[in-house]
Amino acid sequence: MKIIRVGMGEYKTAKAPALLVSFGLGSCVGVALYDSTKKIGGLAHIMLPDSSLSGKKDFNPGKFADTAIELLYEELKKAGANPKKLIAKIAGGAQMFQLKSNKNIMMIGKRNVEAVKMKLAQLNIELVAEDVEGNYGRTVEFCCDTGELTVKTVGHGIKIL
Amino acid sequence: MFTEIELDALKEIGNIGAGNAATALSMLLAKKVKMKIPEVKVLPFDEVTKSVGGPEKVVTGVFFRVEGELAFNILFIMQPGDTLNLLRVILRESKENLELTPIEESALKEMGNIIASAFVAALADFTGLPLRVSVPCLAIDMAGAILSFPLSLYGYIGDTAFLIETEFEEGLDDIKIHFFLIPDDDKAFSALLNTTGVRSFNENNSSGNGGI
Repeated sequence: MKIIRVGMGEYKTAKAPALLVSFGLGSCVGVALYDSTKKIGGLAHIMLPDSSLSGKKDFNPGKFADTAIELLYEELKKAGANPKKLIAKIAGGAQMFQLKSNKNIMMIGKRNVEAVKMKLAQLNIELVAEDVEGNYGRTVEFCCDTGELTVKTVGHGIKIL
Repeated sequence: MFTEIELDALKEIGNIGAGNAATALSMLLAKKVKMKIPEVKVLPFDEVTKSVGGPEKVVTGVFFRVEGELAFNILFIMQPGDTLNLLRVILRESKENLELTPIEESALKEMGNIIASAFVAALADFTGLPLRVSVPCLAIDMAGAILSFPLSLYGYIGDTAFLIETEFEEGLDDIKIHFFLIPDDDKAFSALLNTTGVRSFNENNSSGNGGI
């Protein structure tokens, strides 16, 4: 089986039976989109909520929830997925360190999750499962054959979404 | 954009801070501590975890936010074995696993606190900039998850990571502590450079790739 790694700020698409994997998500969010009729899936590993916050105009769009999901959606359409059939599963968005000061900056994980949900709603993609927030890291594996998103953790078990 | 000279100056600033931090660690352990020459690194976000065992490697992380005239993050990363060796030296107890008691967690945080404060004190002395260090935060988890927060903050302005990295080593008890300084943005590094008299780059012209 082909295993495709999706690093920080990247998004990739694949067809069954490939496995899309992101290792060690902390505040980042893994967003899996899937068309089960065509067995085409995609995974984005987003780092930040909104591209309007970018410090410069020329940036990697894969970093931000809004731009990465938009591009992943377009890529999936190009690859033959039916946009009306797309569903989403997401995991990540943890707050690894609990610092009381400077709350806004510390809660980047939660803000990432909110931004992802907003973008999915805007594209009319149904969010069918999620495993988000908390204070621990996650590795996610998306199987393009079954549509399952496996979430592995250190000390918090394995979940299959 | 950072020139070669500016990168050298950053390395030297890192060296001054890390030297002070190594001395503090040496006093805490009452042992000789070796320090690597700090490196200024520009590399893809995804490759930052390589030096500590990859994104899924379980490690101990002690995190600090530094704020004031400039904002950056300090992160100490230790492998599980090094963590246990360190606890053995500080608390004189032998331990087999990383299920830590509150006292053990507190000891690791305090160790981090002493080294981070020594680093920041040297930086503040040298640059004359007022800096505040947060209380320590501890996490034992995947290296990728631990590094993701400070790396993401830099992600607002950069498409690659830009950081200062070094390592402290106490040989007798086999303790290695990996040190990362990750700025919030390029302004943090240019503010440091401004105080040294090494001309800095135009803050509006932030390429976010360290200029390399």
